[in-house]
Amino acid sequence: MTAGIFDKQRDPRRVRELAAAIKSVVTRPWKIMEICGGQTHAILHYGLDQLLPPEVELIHGPGCPVCVTSLEAIDSALQIAGQPGVIFTSFGDMLRVPGSRQDLFSARAAGADVRVVTSPLDAVSIAQQNPDKQVVFFAIGFETTVPVIAASILHAQRNQVSNFSILPANVLVPPAMHAILSSPDNQVNAFLAAGHVCAIMGYWEYEPIAQAYNCPIAVTGFEPADLLEGILLVLRQLESGTASVVNAYGRAVIREGNQSAQQMISQVFQAVDRNWRGIGTIPLSGLGLRPEYSNFNSFERFKLEPLAVAESPLCIAGQVLRGNAKPTDCPAFARECTPQTPLGAPMVSAEGACAAYHRYHKAVA
Amino acid sequence: MCLGIPGKLTEFFDLQGTAMAKVDFGGVFQDVCVSAVPEAKLGQYVIVHAGFALNTLSDTEAEETIKLLNELEAFNRDREADGSGQ
Ligand code: SF4
Repeated sequence: MTAGIFDKQRDPRRVRELAAAIKSVVTRPWKIMEICGGQTHAILHYGLDQLLPPEVELIHGPGCPVCVTSLEAIDSALQIAGQPGVIFTSFGDMLRVPGSRQDLFSARAAGADVRVVTSPLDAVSIAQQNPDKQVVFFAIGFETTVPVIAASILHAQRNQVSNFSILPANVLVPPAMHAILSSPDNQVNAFLAAGHVCAIMGYWEYEPIAQAYNCPIAVTGFEPADLLEGILLVLRQLESGTASVVNAYGRAVIREGNQSAQQMISQVFQAVDRNWRGIGTIPLSGLGLRPEYSNFNSFERFKLEPLAVAESPLCIAGQVLRGNAKPTDCPAFARECTPQTPLGAPMVSAEGACAAYHRYHKAVA
Repeated sequence: MCLGIPGKLTEFFDLQGTAMAKVDFGGVFQDVCVSAVPEAKLGQYVIVHAGFALNTLSDTEAEETIKLLNELEAFNRDREADGSGQ
């Protein structure tokens, strides 16, 4: 029974021990970037940043899927969702992310059929139940979310569901790490790699990055003790001048990753250039459908024209996502921009750095 | 999105050719696609993301994760009782 396990020991000792170990190894200032928005959320939720010595600064990376989805993709989503006979499906977080004129939530209020699903397989079922409608799934997210999207395409193909398509907007982590580390204003000394991305992809792809940029990388989970262990492992390397990839999330990740899942991805998708919101285009940093599956591409099905778009001039999300500014550096933070009135995507999702700061950061200078 | 709560495989089924399972998250059940974990056995734990099993965990790995989740509850209570961030 699971209940037996849930009743096990409740002991915060490990967190305290790790915090003490971190204090004892640090002699100089270091900046560590956590890639994943789920980690950003956990760090602020549990106040882990306040347990660290002042030399260690955590900077928050681009790993919030809704935050990096380009304005063009959101405006395309709005264009499709507004058409008659369309059921537009998406993960819930995406609904409140502002496009250049509105968000999916207000499109729904204006009469569009926009539905929240927890899995793209549910969107395929909706398509089967509504054969006279076109059902579109907004395919956002990092490598973790891609296998289930591949599974839904394969499922739709196998069952000849011809009224299902996806708006492809998936992104890949390693090209973003390259882009951050090679930028002239890079401040990152080490990375905490996202545990669940690595559960799928493994971490062999990170080894050349650690070597090329002399940048230690720890594959890290999401619980406070996991995060502190990842931080400790990269700090030991930084202090001793070494740079390799270490796995601090061995219970869920192996070096090769999940090869069945990787196979599903490469059957359906191929690497394409992708525009990241606030960052710009990163070569081969996204996944698009292979030509054999292009009939599942909403862009082709709806013959969308490329859109000209403009961000809110106040929003500095690009700098926040690259780790060059904290949300509290933004003049609009907690003024014009709040979770109720977001100007930029990082204020929308619980995984967005601006929303996490707004919610948890009490010590705003 | 990325909470690593392990769930237990309680029943396999086929959804029009796609391998699925009912997964038990401490009493809450969810239908999950298991296409990427062909080695999974009934009673085993999996980590789930967006209705998809990312991988299997051994019992000890799952126990360790759940223990960490419990620890952090205690850790939070502790800190609140302390009344300070330090
Ligand atoms: S606080 Fe709002 S306006 Fe400022 S960077 Fe964050 S999302 Fe953009």
